[in-house]
Amino acid sequence: MSDEVLVDRLQFTLTITYHYLFPILTMGLALFIAYFKTVSYAGRDGHRFRLLRKTEAERATAEGAARFWTKIFAVNFAFGVVTGIPMEFQFGTNWAQFSNYAGGVIGQTLAMEGVFAFFLESVFLGILLVGVGRVSARLHWLAAVAVFAGSWLSGWFIIATNAWMQHPVGHSTDADGNVKLDSFGDLLTNPWLPWQYLHNMGGAAITGAFVLAAMGAFYLLTDRHHQFARLCLRVGVIAGFALCVLQIFPSGDRQAKNVFDHQPATFAAMEGLFETSEGAPLVIIGNPNTEDRELESTIEMPNFLSFLTSRNWTERVTGLNDVPEDQWPDSVPLVYYAYHIMVGLGTILLAIAGLGVYLLWRRRLFTSRPMLWTLMLAFPFTYIANIAGWTTAETGRQPWVVYGLLRTEDGASPADSVPAGTGIFTILGFAGLYLFMSLLFVVLILRIVNKGPDEGAPEPEPAGATPEPAGAA
Amino acid sequence: METVWFLILAVMVTVYVVLDGFDLGAGALHLIVARTQEEREEVTSAIGPVWNGNEVWLLASGGVLFMAFPKVYAGAFSGLYFGLILVLWLLIGRGLALELRHQLENPLWRTACDAVFSLSSLGLALVFGVAIGNVVRGVPLNDAGYFSLPLFNILNWYGLLVGVFGLVVLATHGATFLAYKARGEMRERAARIGRRLWWAELLLFLGLIGPTYAVREDMLNNLGEHPWTLVFPLLAAGALAALFAYQRRGLRGRAFLASAGFIAGMLTTMAAGLYPNLLPAREGNPNSLTVDNAAADSYGLEVAIVWWSIGMLLVAAYFIYAYRLFFRAEDPESRA
Repeated sequence: MSDEVLVDRLQFTLTITYHYLFPILTMGLALFIAYFKTVSYAGRDGHRFRLLRKTEAERATAEGAARFWTKIFAVNFAFGVVTGIPMEFQFGTNWAQFSNYAGGVIGQTLAMEGVFAFFLESVFLGILLVGVGRVSARLHWLAAVAVFAGSWLSGWFIIATNAWMQHPVGHSTDADGNVKLDSFGDLLTNPWLPWQYLHNMGGAAITGAFVLAAMGAFYLLTDRHHQFARLCLRVGVIAGFALCVLQIFPSGDRQAKNVFDHQPATFAAMEGLFETSEGAPLVIIGNPNTEDRELESTIEMPNFLSFLTSRNWTERVTGLNDVPEDQWPDSVPLVYYAYHIMVGLGTILLAIAGLGVYLLWRRRLFTSRPMLWTLMLAFPFTYIANIAGWTTAETGRQPWVVYGLLRTEDGASPADSVPAGTGIFTILGFAGLYLFMSLLFVVLILRIVNKGPDEGAPEPEPAGATPEPAGAA
Repeated sequence: METVWFLILAVMVTVYVVLDGFDLGAGALHLIVARTQEEREEVTSAIGPVWNGNEVWLLASGGVLFMAFPKVYAGAFSGLYFGLILVLWLLIGRGLALELRHQLENPLWRTACDAVFSLSSLGLALVFGVAIGNVVRGVPLNDAGYFSLPLFNILNWYGLLVGVFGLVVLATHGATFLAYKARGEMRERAARIGRRLWWAELLLFLGLIGPTYAVREDMLNNLGEHPWTLVFPLLAAGALAALFAYQRRGLRGRAFLASAGFIAGMLTTMAAGLYPNLLPAREGNPNSLTVDNAAADSYGLEVAIVWWSIGMLLVAAYFIYAYRLFFRAEDPESRA
């Protein structure tokens, strides 16, 4: 692989990984903010759905929680927006030949993201943030729901784009050798799309749940904001547990099946399987050695891999030895480790959330210091699991940028336009800028955390009441 | 169908420049027009709820360009690599400064954010103009549809001239916005700056005709050959005259609309002058990217018309709703 392609890949890796840290929480928190707003809004007396009614105290805590998390959300969203703009542009700047090749197809979903998701999200976030005191309670609630819908819709269009790159459908090749769209319906009903979407959004929601629980744990450990902390812990562990279960089955299971069916080399690399076998073992521990083509120091469960993929103990699973080496992912160990980190962390997080639910049921969660410490420190691992999952998907797809159609090295911008040195310069620029932004982010979030929620936050006032002297953006 | 998408792009870019233009322009003037902490607070909170939605028009236009004319997206963005990355960095700085300004009470922090916001807005207004200048002038495309322009070749004399024009136009637009929206002393100051900038706008408007003819004769010929397209430059000239009149008569809402009309007139003039080219090569070079040779396949373009129309109806609804919400009940004409 030539230098400039490597540089383009590194820059994309840096910018997408850094960017995605923010949408994980945006999408995760949007769900819970919409939930808290709904409790606060629909829980009022006299609401036609009796079941939704809550006591005044519960509603006030939920409203306070919604406001507090909206503050964190706003900072996080701003970082997500500004780091997201480079993603769209980089398709053109660094991956011009890929854009030229695939723009006729994936341009559809990317443009739809802008038209259907970004406008919705940005306009209603404006209302959500400055709205308190300026708009009615109903509109404020609606804005929270619209922001949630916008951010999850945005995820859907991005996953639709990625799903096509993983498993191209509904296209044919035109006279210039580029792809053109043949069926819009096929593009949107790509069999890869639903499971990848659910698995991805589940990952984001798990982060949201664990961040909620961590904040609750932090406040209880520092003996502050008890009402708020308990609400966050309760919602965090229950949602976290339910989501972790769903993440393994059905979404993770079905996503793995998609990889098994459509990307056999990727599947073999994820599992570190070199020998094709009928009745393949599931590897729990082991190091893939691509020189000798074997896994070293393994602990495995015989026949389990075959069973998990197809519910058949002796299903044939293709190993890397039966795939031409020029179609292997270019770093088999990276795919293998990223996948195992994701699965391993997912299992540990499930156990933590499960224990949290158990203690909640036994009424010991709020007083168990070891559990509170564990929950407070667990949330960064949800980010690692999300990033490891994407690393598996993206490095697993190599050497292709569009699976089976366009090799990554043929997708970069021409070396004349973007030479390696130019790319290194801009990587350094992004790295420096992002380092500075990270420090800023941590400082701003810690300030919000330190200030805590406003206890007993008032209802949003109806329109026309005292406008706040703005300041929120 | 390709031509329809050319028109759609022209409209979307125009909407982008008119909307984000006022917050970019207000940003470029920020340090001059808003002198005290309170005034700066007022400017940033007037822009706060809307700038992000305005900027989405840039992203959406980019997405539509990618979908409808992938060759142009690929060629232009890789060829103008440094210029584009510079835009990204400026957008990052500007977005963060605006969003994070109110997070800390510290006056030093706010001043720092004001400076970053103002300088990056100024830089963006300039760079967008430079980019337009380079497109009008044409780029050294090869037969595969790619080119390379290092940073200092992007900053050529014609590009810079259009860049300065862009900055002046957006600054005027921002000043008329603040003259309409702001309160007290700043309102008068913005109106005064707007009136002065009008002369610079006029000077550059007339002054650009000659150089444009020099770098791209076709541009003016193209307009001459299709006389109906002359409505666009006439719109620009008429709006500029109206701006002058409204500014002097203190009709500030109308002055803002006139400024928007001038921007729309200029951009549509450019689009009409370039058509059918999207990314022209330098004069005499046959590799121009046009609506015919750069468009995606027609099936995709037809499907996209359907969802685009639905999407735009929704977007129009949100925008009208949000702008009425944020800018209503504050009738500045009746306010002291």
